[in-house]
Amino acid sequence: MQFDVAVFWDALFSYPFFKGACITLLLALLAHSVGIALSIPAALALDGPPNPLRMLLRGVLSVFRGAPTLLQLLFVWNALPQFFPIFRETWFTPFFAAWIALSLNEMAYQAEINRAALKALDKGQHAAGHALGLSGWQIFRYVTLPQAARIAIPPTANEFITLLKITSLASVISLQELMAVTSQTVSTTFQFSEYYAVALVYYLVMVYTLTWLQGRLERRLSWDHVSPAAKNVGLVQRTLARMRRI
Amino acid sequence: MTTEIIRLDNVGKRYDDFQVLQGINLSVRQGEKIVICGPSGSGKSTLIRCINRLSPHDTGTITVENQDVASKQGSANVRREVGMVFQNFNLFPHLTVLENCTLAPMKVRGIAHAQAEEQALRYLNRVHIGSQAQKKPGQLSGGQQQRVAIARALCMNPKVMLFDEPTSALDPEMVGEVLDVMTELALEGMTMLCVTHEMGFARKVADRVVFMDAGQIVETGAPTEFFEQPKHPRLQAFLSQISH
Repeated sequence: MQFDVAVFWDALFSYPFFKGACITLLLALLAHSVGIALSIPAALALDGPPNPLRMLLRGVLSVFRGAPTLLQLLFVWNALPQFFPIFRETWFTPFFAAWIALSLNEMAYQAEINRAALKALDKGQHAAGHALGLSGWQIFRYVTLPQAARIAIPPTANEFITLLKITSLASVISLQELMAVTSQTVSTTFQFSEYYAVALVYYLVMVYTLTWLQGRLERRLSWDHVSPAAKNVGLVQRTLARMRRI
Repeated sequence: MTTEIIRLDNVGKRYDDFQVLQGINLSVRQGEKIVICGPSGSGKSTLIRCINRLSPHDTGTITVENQDVASKQGSANVRREVGMVFQNFNLFPHLTVLENCTLAPMKVRGIAHAQAEEQALRYLNRVHIGSQAQKKPGQLSGGQQQRVAIARALCMNPKVMLFDEPTSALDPEMVGEVLDVMTELALEGMTMLCVTHEMGFARKVADRVVFMDAGQIVETGAPTEFFEQPKHPRLQAFLSQISH
């Protein structure tokens, strides 16, 4: 077995790999932020008796959920400019295209997570809010949202980790993210294990950092008592469970 | 003691093909304590939930302080003046006991934070739970949670308090502490409508006891005649059932 440690270290601290990782992380963060921002109103709009508008929204979301992410990326990058001249301008870079495609894709998944979180709340919470004279918006802001957010954190963090890895698909529209950089380097040097190891380290660091943040956020928002012993075990186990999905 | 505060005229409500309430007439004077009892499914809870518009009624009119609860503005005003305590407490689990009590006064009445906290502590002390102000509801027993729920409602300085089976979800040994608080409240002159099966409480506190069956008010009377000389056969049967 060949593993040149020097090559590994050089690549690990090289600018192209670092930049690739930054693009990966930035794309995932931006796409998820937009996805979440769009998914909350979508989830609220979905809740209620069926009407034509709701059916339409459901249909649109099911297309975003049903179509392969790769297809959505290719569609946004190649087909959108054919429909709308505005996408032929120079600002429409692979990064923008990936951002748009992944945001829409993520919104569809996140809407389901949010809908489930909202549904999980006790109906009595609404009744209590109304009985106290709070308005519908105040109930959402101060009663529903904080509780639903706590429920939605673990699946949302899962979603983000999946998204972080799905950004590698954007290499097909020539975005220079982490996997694109890795593949290109490997194709010229044939030192597979060294460069794959570098990519792995970057992905792991990003996922571990996120899992740690998730744990902190969960504890901050939690309202039920958590014993100190359970916290550490939970963090490690959660991370291991995540990694198995790569 | 003669000012009418709540009035229900021929109120009816149905869920699909089930008539929950039918021809309900009830007038509540200021300071009056009314206990509503009856078998499950008789419409007791729906009746008091109609008063603050948590359940909209279909026919007839309900007014609280001459405001029609069916109008949007009316229901908003009424909810501000009518406190409610639920069977399952319905405290906000993500907020501390103190925050549960300050949320509505700050957001609905616009009271300043410090003032809202001071008032909340006063009411929490009144229900003997001031020392738990910084805890989350999940850390308290059922009886303590229900007392917090009473304090939370009182923090809006309501003119009327509605109790929807406040002791039904409690362990037997915690029923007393909640009833004590309710009794104290009654003695201070609060107008109260209580759906409850605590007949001891009804005898001691109620000015009038209302018996409901199948969505209708079957019999109404002062506790002594209500319990000693029930007229309607349905009430006689009910009383003999629960006296076991």
